[in-house]
Amino acid sequence: MTMTAEPRTLRTKAEEALAAVFAQSRAALPGGEAVRARRNAAFSFFEQFGLPHRRVEAWKYTDLRTLMRAAPPLAGPAPAALLAAVAEADPIAGLDRAQIVIANGVYEAELSDLAGIEGVSVESLAHVLATAPERVGRLVDDASDTMVALNTALMQGGVVVTVAAGARVARPIEIVHLTAGAAPVSAYARSVVTVGEDAAVRFLESHRGTADLAYQVNALFELSIGEGARVTWARLQAESEAAQHVTTFLARIGARVELHHVAVNSGAALSRWQGMLDLAGKGAHIGFSGATMLSGTEHGDTTLVMNHAEPGQSSRELYKAAVDGRATGAFQGKIVVAQGAQKTDARMMAKALLLSDDAEFASKPELEIFADDVQCGHGATAGEISDTELFYLMSRGIPRAEAERLLIEAFLDDAIDVAEDEAIGIALKGVVSAWLAQRR
Amino acid sequence: MALLEVRNLHVRVEEREILKGIDLTIGEGEVHAIMGPNGSGKSTLSYVLAGRDGYDVTEGSVTFRGQDLLAMAPDERATAGVFLAFQYPVEIPGVATMTFLKTAMNAQRKARGQEELSTPDFIRAVRAAADKLNVTQEMLRRPLNAGFSGGEKKRNEILQMALLEPYLCVLDETDSGLDIDALRVVADGVNGLRSKERGMLVITHYQRLLEYIVPDFVHVLSAGRIVRSGGKELALELEEKGYAEFTAAA
Repeated sequence: MTMTAEPRTLRTKAEEALAAVFAQSRAALPGGEAVRARRNAAFSFFEQFGLPHRRVEAWKYTDLRTLMRAAPPLAGPAPAALLAAVAEADPIAGLDRAQIVIANGVYEAELSDLAGIEGVSVESLAHVLATAPERVGRLVDDASDTMVALNTALMQGGVVVTVAAGARVARPIEIVHLTAGAAPVSAYARSVVTVGEDAAVRFLESHRGTADLAYQVNALFELSIGEGARVTWARLQAESEAAQHVTTFLARIGARVELHHVAVNSGAALSRWQGMLDLAGKGAHIGFSGATMLSGTEHGDTTLVMNHAEPGQSSRELYKAAVDGRATGAFQGKIVVAQGAQKTDARMMAKALLLSDDAEFASKPELEIFADDVQCGHGATAGEISDTELFYLMSRGIPRAEAERLLIEAFLDDAIDVAEDEAIGIALKGVVSAWLAQRR
Repeated sequence: MALLEVRNLHVRVEEREILKGIDLTIGEGEVHAIMGPNGSGKSTLSYVLAGRDGYDVTEGSVTFRGQDLLAMAPDERATAGVFLAFQYPVEIPGVATMTFLKTAMNAQRKARGQEELSTPDFIRAVRAAADKLNVTQEMLRRPLNAGFSGGEKKRNEILQMALLEPYLCVLDETDSGLDIDALRVVADGVNGLRSKERGMLVITHYQRLLEYIVPDFVHVLSAGRIVRSGGKELALELEEKGYAEFTAAA
């Protein structure tokens, strides 16, 4: 995600609006002098390069310069009734989990439920920015991407979560982002999660907001995992249909770590998930899977870089998208294998199911390999529902719509099953089947 | 009233006429065999009856229990009581066999205005039918036909047939790919479903299957036409003389 375009002066409406938002809000944002300097530097980088556009390779399929038309003001505290309405519309109500609530970009301790997570400490980002700002931003390179720079400039709140070495955390921990309002707002959350050596923990990052509200979310996660730990990181994007959503996920994992990332993405007029996953220790493994559901005129982009830096590592990526209506989807996946990363075993597969004639999906897998003794492969497919499979199901009396639903569900659930967490898997599959039930 | 009446059926596949005027009447309780060489149109006939896309009926009619079968979608035909046991059952890796069976059974019940099966009733029905066909619990736990052997797939077809209780069973080359033991199990399953109300259309290339599923009538299909009809002894004659004579007659 290196910016390659020429420096320029801000000129789109959204860019001008962002400058106004920063000017109005910066005095009130958390953090002391050092943080303020960091915010200013990040914003001037943004001012220099502007919103990402199609000539920035990492944003080839998602041109924010044309797609982002406005930049609403930074969110203040959400009106209680509106926030409650969003909180109650829980798409995974059946899943037992602890909850860290981030409302309109800010950690709400009183709304959170931290029971059953011994060995885990949760601090507010604002507090850490004020007292120990060096703990925030260790994995972040503001000059890598202007949406990352904007998050640094405008981060309002979030959490700093620390899991003690050796902890076995019983309940999954949801970090839920709620965005609520009567008029459009922007929410910039930053969360820093550090997992100690040999710990075992499951996180669920989720996002939802006020129905039909054109809010904007720019969230960033920094995840560091110590040697030998096992982490499941699930993600549920269930944003309002008018929302614009960008998440940046930065992870750095140590030796023998097993990280399983599994995502279900739905909602949002425009959504982009970008991840930079660094396998920094020997024998580390990452499983990355995702199911994206797009309909109407939605656009969804998943862009991933997997960096293998040490010997004996492995990674598996399975990305699936069901694209309906006039929606467009994109997947960019790059596997980088450094010179010293011998015996790397990395596989990537992206599959799209096009559910209408007007649906579009673009896929760009890449390999950059500098080691000579590795096994790497990638593949991509895009196709329609199989006529043969559909006819077989219908020939048993299953009506067309239900037969299609079974086949789409099977296609998407496959990406959830590989994560092998039963409880989270059931919850995420419930979201897939709810999406399918309301289709048409 | 006949169960199935096919009159002067002409069918095209991509501009090529495959069936050139088929007449066939199947009464309740009757088992008809259709034999014919490769390319004679046997599978086309089975797909047209089940309603697969891509088969254009240019002339003729098919009446099933008094209804115009050709006007119905594949799922409506199944609900009306037509069942096609596929020559090549389709593998659907992500759909669990039990989910598929339950969805199919309940879809048909719902379309007929019957109550959906409860889970215990459903499981009981599947167990009873599966035991008779040597379909193991382990097979039922797998995704639909995924990784099944040829014999397992055919047994799974007959299991579906038993559970869905159709009026007309169309068996398309059910013997293909089966060894003699598997053939016996499948044939026993089919014979167990013979009844006074149910008709069967057994499509096969070889006489062998008809030693196990003994038909009431045998028809020889050649180049899109039925060139001869007779009793079960016709199958033996075919076995002896081969198709050449009949093909020449067409």
